[in-house]
Amino acid sequence: VIASGKAVVVPGKNIDTDVLYPGIYLNIDDPELMKPYLFDGLDPALRDQLVGDTVLVVGENFGMGSSREHVPLAMKAWGVRCVVGSSFARIFYRNCINLALPAITCPAAVEAAKPGSQISVDAAAGTVTVDGREFVAAPVPPFMLEMLERGGLIPWAQHKLARS
Amino acid sequence: MGYTVAEKILLAHSDADHVEPGQVVMVRCDVVLANDVTGPVAFRQMEKMGTSAVFDPAKVVMVADHFAPAKDERSAILIKRLKDWSLAHGVVFYDQGRGGIEHTLLVQEGWVVPGSVIVGGDSHTCTHGAMGAFSSGLGSTDIAYCLVFGEFWQAVPGTIQVTVSGEKGVFVTGKDVILAVIGQIGAGGGTGSVLEFVGPGVQSLSIDERLAVANLAVEAGSETGIFPADEKTAAYLDGRTDKVWQPVHSDPDASYSRRIAIDFDRLGPLVAKPHNPENVVPVSEIVGTPIHQVVVGNCSNGTMTDLRQAAQMVKGKRVHERTRMIVVPATQEIYRQAVKEGLVDILVEAGASISTPTCGPCFGGHTGALAPGENALATINRNFKGRSGSPDACVYLGNAFVAAAAAIAGEIVDPAEVAS
Repeated sequence: VIASGKAVVVPGKNIDTDVLYPGIYLNIDDPELMKPYLFDGLDPALRDQLVGDTVLVVGENFGMGSSREHVPLAMKAWGVRCVVGSSFARIFYRNCINLALPAITCPAAVEAAKPGSQISVDAAAGTVTVDGREFVAAPVPPFMLEMLERGGLIPWAQHKLARS
Repeated sequence: MGYTVAEKILLAHSDADHVEPGQVVMVRCDVVLANDVTGPVAFRQMEKMGTSAVFDPAKVVMVADHFAPAKDERSAILIKRLKDWSLAHGVVFYDQGRGGIEHTLLVQEGWVVPGSVIVGGDSHTCTHGAMGAFSSGLGSTDIAYCLVFGEFWQAVPGTIQVTVSGEKGVFVTGKDVILAVIGQIGAGGGTGSVLEFVGPGVQSLSIDERLAVANLAVEAGSETGIFPADEKTAAYLDGRTDKVWQPVHSDPDASYSRRIAIDFDRLGPLVAKPHNPENVVPVSEIVGTPIHQVVVGNCSNGTMTDLRQAAQMVKGKRVHERTRMIVVPATQEIYRQAVKEGLVDILVEAGASISTPTCGPCFGGHTGALAPGENALATINRNFKGRSGSPDACVYLGNAFVAAAAAIAGEIVDPAEVAS
């Protein structure tokens, strides 16, 4: 799985799901309609950087809190191709993998990236390249890698249903 | 090498013949839960999977609690979709007036037994670990997969053993145990792990208090918080469920990723300061902080135990003129019992408003949002920036004694002072 795009840096650690997508907007179930509320409790101006293919660069324990899939659904709807972080909270990480949005743990790349940096990620090789400098990421476990390669849990389910 | 409770339950619910931390297994579900926020998103994902068939309708339960009673048309449409889907698929649906807040409700209604696996489209599904189950909050695509196949992928977590000892103080509750743990290991300290609560101090925690402890396990990043079943669990389940169950305990030679200790003899009431549940301090450190709203309720602390504690604090007194007090019984059964015991009368007489069971004021959805500059002391589980309304408001987390005492004093205060 290879993903690339322009870096959008989300500063800070312990960025929670409520600032990423406030609860008041949870009565929306269409990902296109979720887009205007991504980052609303954090810094709505971050949305202005979501132009074309982007890679989010995030800090420690990113996405802690709620199970709301609105966060990665809205990210995908905006064209986010990958999330490179220092570390991820569990449910946010699961949600990304299930939606085939690679969540790659690589603190050194987070350190190196600046807003607008060109980033590319090779999940299978376990590398993150930031403006031409290559960093070694934490290996993606084989199961999660297969999930990403197959396009996430929906194609995975379609495949399983077709076999049965 | 022996297994922990979590490892044993996952082993029994998978096709693996051995499990170890980090290994990914497919885990079979005994209960699949979703609500008016996460259910409709899951149904969309299920449609994309190309099926509408549910693996076993008897194991699926849907609860309208987040935006119920519907706060606006869009919310009403989601709740209607949840109801229509439930009727069409023959699964249990708890509508407003018939259920309450999902996690308290499922335990109360006997859906959860020791050794079982509960998944829910809600991060606080970890609450069910209080009953000795492996319970896990999942996103909506995961829930869609569970609805179709009755299983989910899970990296086997490590286990952090939390040993609780000593004599519980008068105004100390389960809430303080879990706040102490979160304060100690941090908001990400439990990532990739479950918390397992053992030791002599666990005996003094009622099922209600254990629900509060397990409920906040996710605020330490943990998968769940497990109380191995004991006599209290068995007594609670007696007459409440017809499910067959066996207690599950860790082997003496089980391997733990970390061991921590909580000593009641050195534990007073705690408060988590804004805007992260890991900012835990003794109440004494922040007395005098003005409080504009108090909420007693939600899936961690809306039980009979909490309502009794709140009523005990406010009985014969008046809520401070600076402060609004909202009490949210977690379920209809709790609401009714609170009426029977006279607690509602005590609370209303003191100036509290009683809400129908709902998640509204906890997640900032409706009925109890905060204005800029306001401070709340709430028995809820999250004090994130903007969690309960304005991003320029502050939420402090504490137990029901601490919350009710703050309502009377209009500021954060040692509950012993209000009681005396």
